[in-house]
Amino acid sequence: MTEENAGSVAKRFLYVNRRAPYGTLYALESLEVVLIGAAFEQDVSLAFLGDGVYQLTKGQDTKALEVKNFSPAFRALEDYDVTKLYVEKEALEARGLSESDLVVPVEVVDAERMAEIMEAQDVILSF
Amino acid sequence: MLHTVNKSPFEHKALESCLKFARQGSAVLLIEDGVYAAARDTAVSPQVQKALHSVTIYALKPDVEARGMQNRVMDGVRLVDYGGFVDLVAEHNAVQSWL
Amino acid sequence: MPIEMDGKTIETDEEGYLANRTDWSEDVAKEMARLDSCELTQNHWEVLNFLREYYDEYQIAPAVRVLTKAIGKKLGADKGNSKYLYELFPYGPAKQACKYAGLPKPTGCV
Repeated sequence: MTEENAGSVAKRFLYVNRRAPYGTLYALESLEVVLIGAAFEQDVSLAFLGDGVYQLTKGQDTKALEVKNFSPAFRALEDYDVTKLYVEKEALEARGLSESDLVVPVEVVDAERMAEIMEAQDVILSF
Repeated sequence: MLHTVNKSPFEHKALESCLKFARQGSAVLLIEDGVYAAARDTAVSPQVQKALHSVTIYALKPDVEARGMQNRVMDGVRLVDYGGFVDLVAEHNAVQSWL
Repeated sequence: MPIEMDGKTIETDEEGYLANRTDWSEDVAKEMARLDSCELTQNHWEVLNFLREYYDEYQIAPAVRVLTKAIGKKLGADKGNSKYLYELFPYGPAKQACKYAGLPKPTGCV
């Protein structure tokens, strides 16, 4: 990062999500950072790798578990101008999932394309 | 013996180790992220299906539902609620938690 | 500070947001506003109802930028701007309105 573009120019932020929801706090924490970070009007992308794809599954019902179901919040990301969601193709397939099993529209990408997306970022935050 | 597994089979070896040592007639209870192993048509479901021939596999329903897996549970895996969890612990002489 | 109302005590956090969302009622909202010397008009209620619907749908309280944009879409440009919303809720539209609507403080408000 050079001095000239360190000021007002938006940086490219990638949030990498690799954990399933609820078993650990990583997924929820990541989402909160994304929502807070959105106020700074940067160029934000989200990547879901491995078990991270489980964060987006439809049908999550946490009533009996008595914790907050945060999957609806992914549908609000559009309001926060966060529209670039990339999901690892191999991760979906290994888990018997397809795009229609997810709560939001995403771009399903293979590992090579995902690596390119990572390469193109200024800042990567990993959860 | 009752075995419990609370880790995702895609990211950890806990389930694999558990199934390696679980003897015929044991019970395996999937809890927390361990319940993802109960889903059908995944990369690990053949392993779980094979295990069903020798052990009884349960999954904790509140954890299954929280993760949206309630319509994907494979045949042969039995869902239990918290009361059922307690019953399983009471029925078995020992509990081994594969963390 | 807990809110005392009709002989009942309603728990809040140190900033006045409800501890339990289920304690909310229109009367609770009015009482919260009264304690801030604010009277809730139809214009206030439009925003409070919008926030409650938004939370039901997405399980989050929207950031002020998101709120402003969404209000504009729903209620018109004359209402979807900071000036209008700050006149209604001088302590900050997202913060103050979320409090009266019984929601948690918006994520990202410090």
